[in-house]
Amino acid sequence: MAIDEGLLKSIPYFSGLSTAELDSIKAHIFERSIEGSGLILLEGEPADAMYFVASGVVKVFKTSSEGKEQILSFVRPGESFNDVSVFDGEPSIASAQAVKPAVLYGIRNSDLDLILRNHPQVSLNVIRVLSRQVRHLVSLVEDLSFKHVISRVAKILLEYASDGTEPKSRLTQQEMAALAGTAREMVGRSLRSLEDEGAIRLDHHRIVITNKEALREMAER
Amino acid sequence: MDLMPALDREKCNGCGLCVRVCHCNAFVMIGNLVAVVETDFCGWCTHCEAICPMGAISCPFEIVIEER
Repeated sequence: MAIDEGLLKSIPYFSGLSTAELDSIKAHIFERSIEGSGLILLEGEPADAMYFVASGVVKVFKTSSEGKEQILSFVRPGESFNDVSVFDGEPSIASAQAVKPAVLYGIRNSDLDLILRNHPQVSLNVIRVLSRQVRHLVSLVEDLSFKHVISRVAKILLEYASDGTEPKSRLTQQEMAALAGTAREMVGRSLRSLEDEGAIRLDHHRIVITNKEALREMAER
Repeated sequence: MDLMPALDREKCNGCGLCVRVCHCNAFVMIGNLVAVVETDFCGWCTHCEAICPMGAISCPFEIVIEER
């Protein structure tokens, strides 16, 4: 299948590039389709390529020796994953799995080197993308170190709430637990507490944020 | 008919714990396979998701902001 040039232009890595530059980069990109919720890469395995999500959503996560999962991020169209491992040449730092059928655009290590050498603008873009990733991970460390579970759950709800303009991923309580670094039961308890506080309403398969300000205050505690 | 929990047949080991824990009979055993039956009575309690040892059941929540 042909690489979608419109999508390529929207990827922060390739921001500010001319059509001719994009055409030359396109030659180094391969497409990979993931059916269902398939595993894309495993933590600790050699990192031979980085990926951009063209469609679908990809979960990037760590797994403890006891099987506990910590989700680092959900990667959406235009965003990248496994880039750090490709840049430092070390094994993949986290596993990645599609949460629904996904199409990925991949670049192999050797091709990425070539692109960075030939297109200095991409290097500048990469610095910005990696800086955002560091900011996100520092925020995650802060939450896991200093915040109570209920605050973490409140923050997740605010972050994943749909304002109606774009469809967001739906989250299970297990996924919320893996994002918040806690047990599933604690998420259930937190959701009930937030409902008691009047910040949310549990309505069958929907979590309705009824008082955004109250939820924000909870998230910042 | 409202949305029902999703069952991943590839992960399901047919243990039947979801059938036992479900109050609204949304899960049934057909031979040694679990099946989801559409029902109006599913209250999205998520007990099925919690009890499944294989992580084969998911009850995802849509998170929305209520307009005031």
